[in-house]
Amino acid sequence: MSVSETAAGLSAAAPGGALAVDCDLVTEILTGFVREEVRKVGFERGVVGLSGGVDSALTLAVVCRALGPENAVPVIMPYRASSPASERDARLVAAQLGTVPLVVDISPQIDAYFDREPDADRNRRGNKMARERMSILYDLSLARAGLVIGTSNKTELLLGYGTIHGDMAHALNPLGDLYKTQIFALARHLGLPAAVIEKAPSADLWEGQSDEDELGFEYAVVDQLLHQMIDERRTRAELHGLGYDDAFVKQIHRRVRDSQYKRRPPLIAKVSNRTIDRDFRYPRDWGR
Amino acid sequence: MVKIEPTPAVAPETGPRSDIVVALAQMAPRLGDLGANVARHLELISAAAAGGADLVVFPELSLTGYFLKDLVTETALRLDSPEVHALAEASRGVDAVVGCILESDDHRFHNAVLYLSGGAVVHLHRKVYLPTYGLFDEARDLAPGNRFRAFEAPLSSAAPRRPWRVGVLICEDLWHPSSAYLLARAGVDLIICPSASPGRGVGQGSELGTAQSYDVITRTYAQLFTTYVVYCNRVGYEDGINFWGGSRVVDPEGHLVGEPAGRDEAMPLHRLDLAALRRARIANPMLRDERHDIVDAECRRLHRHERE
Repeated sequence: MSVSETAAGLSAAAPGGALAVDCDLVTEILTGFVREEVRKVGFERGVVGLSGGVDSALTLAVVCRALGPENAVPVIMPYRASSPASERDARLVAAQLGTVPLVVDISPQIDAYFDREPDADRNRRGNKMARERMSILYDLSLARAGLVIGTSNKTELLLGYGTIHGDMAHALNPLGDLYKTQIFALARHLGLPAAVIEKAPSADLWEGQSDEDELGFEYAVVDQLLHQMIDERRTRAELHGLGYDDAFVKQIHRRVRDSQYKRRPPLIAKVSNRTIDRDFRYPRDWGR
Repeated sequence: MVKIEPTPAVAPETGPRSDIVVALAQMAPRLGDLGANVARHLELISAAAAGGADLVVFPELSLTGYFLKDLVTETALRLDSPEVHALAEASRGVDAVVGCILESDDHRFHNAVLYLSGGAVVHLHRKVYLPTYGLFDEARDLAPGNRFRAFEAPLSSAAPRRPWRVGVLICEDLWHPSSAYLLARAGVDLIICPSASPGRGVGQGSELGTAQSYDVITRTYAQLFTTYVVYCNRVGYEDGINFWGGSRVVDPEGHLVGEPAGRDEAMPLHRLDLAALRRARIANPMLRDERHDIVDAECRRLHRHERE
């Protein structure tokens, strides 16, 4: 079957061409991944931070399929300035999937900290909120005996559009190899609420924040470029030949390059003959 | 960026020259930044020539850095690349040995060393032994070379009274004595070993374990094959791994010429002399006495045995 035939065979809601995926197949793989990797380390539950956005909604849907809704622990963590629609959409997702969400207001601890740092800009505040949420999820991981399941997608991981040790910190990441466009397709395929799928993606770290405004380009566009650049390994000249603007290609390449540190564990200074992660290299699923 | 000044060798001899001056460009490449590294090479080649060197040797993968991973294909050169042309042009005053990723016509990527002289690539060695164990993963990204060849180095600034026969071994190549044996049998006066050796193994005295190993290997080969060994290792850090430098020249009796370099960027100059080589081979004529016929016969027999 040719690529065009594959794309034509999918629903109109699915991304076209190169980013087309078979949603049933991907769902099966992601479900198996969560089930196996959670259970083999002795857990039954998954803890998911639920924002009201499409990534965490899809993550929770996968966790519910993998472990059962009774073993999914969705956690909604609003700040007082968060959009009320976010919490409403998060509750809608949790209810639709048959789960009971925990709601933890992070305003007291965030405000307590920034009372002493009144000049902090919104990036600092946003990062602090992301790390506060991580801290809560890891506390609940122990309290509820569940692994923290991350919600980062391939687009934001490649662009470095996430907070290191915040939303980028988790035990497992089912969506990390799927571009945002593909996340939308899967969310539609699994019948997640339209409100979650149709609203503009936002980290909701401050009022009116929008991913696409902040990034300066649309997911639909950058996903196609990232696919050509990363998955297809096209050179600059080839991308130019495909019609991509040189400055845009350079900008995206620089974002990917400059955020590489976020995708790697910290550097260890090598002094011995057997250094962790360098020549001490057991699999993470060692003995599991 | 550290400015590297050449450290002069002893004063030049007068009369017909049997000597050459070799500069060891012990530098830290910028990982994956071909443009910056080419510019640095041009500076150092020029400084070496101005300092009186006849040959300047750079470390392994000096044009790219070592732990390249996916950068291998993005930093690869071809023999007709403008970067190679620019470096070759710079070799009109001083011969230069540089390390790079070289892409073949059928898109294999080699860890390669180019010997440049008089505006041309005079010799090319593709690393044969690609370490893929411990902290190394070269065979994941690279194709191996398949030969060890000696060549006559022009060294025209020294106008030597006879050509110097030279062979190149890249880092891990040196850990296989058969490589050095083949070059010795091909009649080399000088083995050049560009290296990107990661420092490791503390707790074995004041020197790193790797530094101790290279000290033993370079001195042993120089003495047993009665040849000069020029070892140029890089310095700096990549992804937490340090490169220990220690670049050195060993004479054909197995003694260090001058002091090995330290762990920082430096460009020491050392004098190598065919007269010293001659004296060593008179004193220790192992090469004359080597029984290549026995080696060949035994290899043939072993080869038959292996096939059975």
